[in-house]
Amino acid sequence: MATVVMTSLDSKSRAASRGLSDIKIRNLFIIPTILFLIVFNIFPLIYSLGYSFTDFRASTNAPAAFVGLQNYRELLNDPFIWANFAITAKYVIVSVTGQVVVGFGTAMLLNREIPFKGLITTLLLLPMMLSMAVVGLFWKLLYDPSFGIINYALGLGSFEWLANPDMALYAVAITDIWMWSPFVMLLSLAGLSAVPRHLYEAAAIDRAGPFYTFFHITLPLVAPILMIAVIFRTMEAFKTFDLAYILTSQPTTEVISIRLYKMAFQEWQTGRSCALAYIVLIMVLAITNIYVKYLNRVKER
Amino acid sequence: MRKTVAGLLAGISLMFASGTSAQSQELTIFWAEWDPANYLQELVNEYEAETGVKVTVETTPWADFQTKAFTEFNAKGSAYDMVVGDSQWIGAASEAGHYVDLTEFFNKHKLNEVMAPATVKYYSEYPANSSKYWSIPAEGDAVGWSYRKDWFEDPKEMEAFKAKYGYDLAPPKDWKQLRDIAEFFHRPDQKRYGIAIYTDNSYDGLVMGVENAIFSFGGELGDYSTYKVDGIINSEKNVKALETYRELYGFTPPGWAKSFFVENNQAITENLAAMSMNYFAFFPALVNEASNPNAKVTGFFANPAGPNGDQYAALGGQGISIVSYSENKEEAMKFLEWFIKDETQKRWAELGGYTASAKVLESEEFQNATPYNKAFYETMFKVKDFWATPEYAELLIQMNQRIYPYVTAGQGTAKEALDALAKDWNATFKKYGRH
Repeated sequence: MATVVMTSLDSKSRAASRGLSDIKIRNLFIIPTILFLIVFNIFPLIYSLGYSFTDFRASTNAPAAFVGLQNYRELLNDPFIWANFAITAKYVIVSVTGQVVVGFGTAMLLNREIPFKGLITTLLLLPMMLSMAVVGLFWKLLYDPSFGIINYALGLGSFEWLANPDMALYAVAITDIWMWSPFVMLLSLAGLSAVPRHLYEAAAIDRAGPFYTFFHITLPLVAPILMIAVIFRTMEAFKTFDLAYILTSQPTTEVISIRLYKMAFQEWQTGRSCALAYIVLIMVLAITNIYVKYLNRVKER
Repeated sequence: MRKTVAGLLAGISLMFASGTSAQSQELTIFWAEWDPANYLQELVNEYEAETGVKVTVETTPWADFQTKAFTEFNAKGSAYDMVVGDSQWIGAASEAGHYVDLTEFFNKHKLNEVMAPATVKYYSEYPANSSKYWSIPAEGDAVGWSYRKDWFEDPKEMEAFKAKYGYDLAPPKDWKQLRDIAEFFHRPDQKRYGIAIYTDNSYDGLVMGVENAIFSFGGELGDYSTYKVDGIINSEKNVKALETYRELYGFTPPGWAKSFFVENNQAITENLAAMSMNYFAFFPALVNEASNPNAKVTGFFANPAGPNGDQYAALGGQGISIVSYSENKEEAMKFLEWFIKDETQKRWAELGGYTASAKVLESEEFQNATPYNKAFYETMFKVKDFWATPEYAELLIQMNQRIYPYVTAGQGTAKEALDALAKDWNATFKKYGRH
């Protein structure tokens, strides 16, 4: 407690010596930040919530008429929208599972003494540093059935990846896995390096096998950080737009954000698209909440 | 102090005065990024030389064109004085007040007589048959075909074709011949394919492609004045047309499920296909040896007739409109007066633009200027277009949703796809009170 008081006093006196009192710090930094957040985040959020209860179309000069819950009711009864949600869910499951398996597996391989470990780790991180548009165009060429290197390497002839409605979603997910597995790998490496060595030594003395060591020492201790990676990647995968939009235009890859984009900026159904955006927001919040609860439970163990 | 304030006020007034004067000498036209926009920039440079008014043609990629234009309209922005907008926009843009009413201008200059009838009907008039005009036909365009003359004229191929189909190999006169030729040249083992057609469903690519079949098979999308679609969009003629389009898809190069104008030109330049569908506006690249190594052996033909002899093509092209929020409307009007002059339209055609002026189109000089101008001239008098109602974007997306899975993946039948589309369109028209 004494340390806390001392630190507090120290920082106060340091700020005072530079002429920055708490009030000045509040006025200079905190209030502008809050105002910025209100103007650019909170206000549009509330404004769009208002629009979601209207029939407003931004492409016309007609005023918005209040329609109550009609937009929400119509959207939730629209089979196309549910199909878009189903595609999104499938994509999230395939993509995030793939990223966790590949990312965590790579981290396990790198969590040992190997030559050029630093260089290999850096090279593996490159995909996630590229822009989504570049990755999309790059993989479009790789998947090309006439000259793409994937079919050549796998001996698949002129197999259609992106033009095949049953395959296109997996092709997008594979690209996403390639791009974002390094993120999971990075977090997993941090988690793995934090596992105390003495636990492995004790397991070795007790002649525990690698299977037992993995499931009873490694995985439980890395699980909280892995869960954080899963939360981040799930939220991102749920919002996926760029990759699916650039790679293919199959109805089977029309994830919910693409539908939302078309509704808002091609059809100009502003009120309806605001309602859809809120439905998506509520779903993402619900999923994240479930994950966070699970994460807390894992941490408590 | 008083002197300082007076000085400041004078300075500000001078700034505003000079600003207004400078603005009135500049106009901005917004269009999509393609060759005709470059030709238009060349044309308007001549306007600047004549009048001193600087005109800039600002462009954006096709994929963003609609979104960017309507975002600016919705914000009532004055960034663009004129826009060369898609024909489908005319209902949405005029009803929302984004375009200046050009009816008086149109009638004063008798543009009904000056411009080709189809261009007036689809680029300028809204609602249909209302005699209200919102655009001046600027870039006429329609879908035509290019083909590999060297493949078609190879004696061995000609002999083999005649033996198989019983008639001479030549540019197709109808859709049956188009299908036969596509099948004949489809040789995946030689990496040669029969045909390149539009399949991209992001905007209007696939729909325009299918329209070529529908209109030539004698079908329609609906009754544009009553909004009736039942029995029209899902008519037997349209079902057959869609089935034929699906059949043609089977003769396209692999991975052809998201192809539009760029890919369809590549099909000819990269020796991929015997025939390729594309808008005439993209054909200049095919006669240019710098962009097409097969330029000398590339031929062109108009969209073939359907089984009953109907011959139509999907309309492309755009009219030029004055944006309501422009601060230079009068100057823009003066520009349009210059643009519609016979000599300007002639010059526009010389530069590579597709004039809609009937006089220029009918001239021998125009028709002989390129290998495809004659086909273009013939096509421009038999074109039809998509719905131009304000809710056209929803109709377009619904059509893509229904026909794309059938055409590219063979899901369901043509009848099922069109019946479902009729239901969707009915619901949309009901929603907007069109019935």
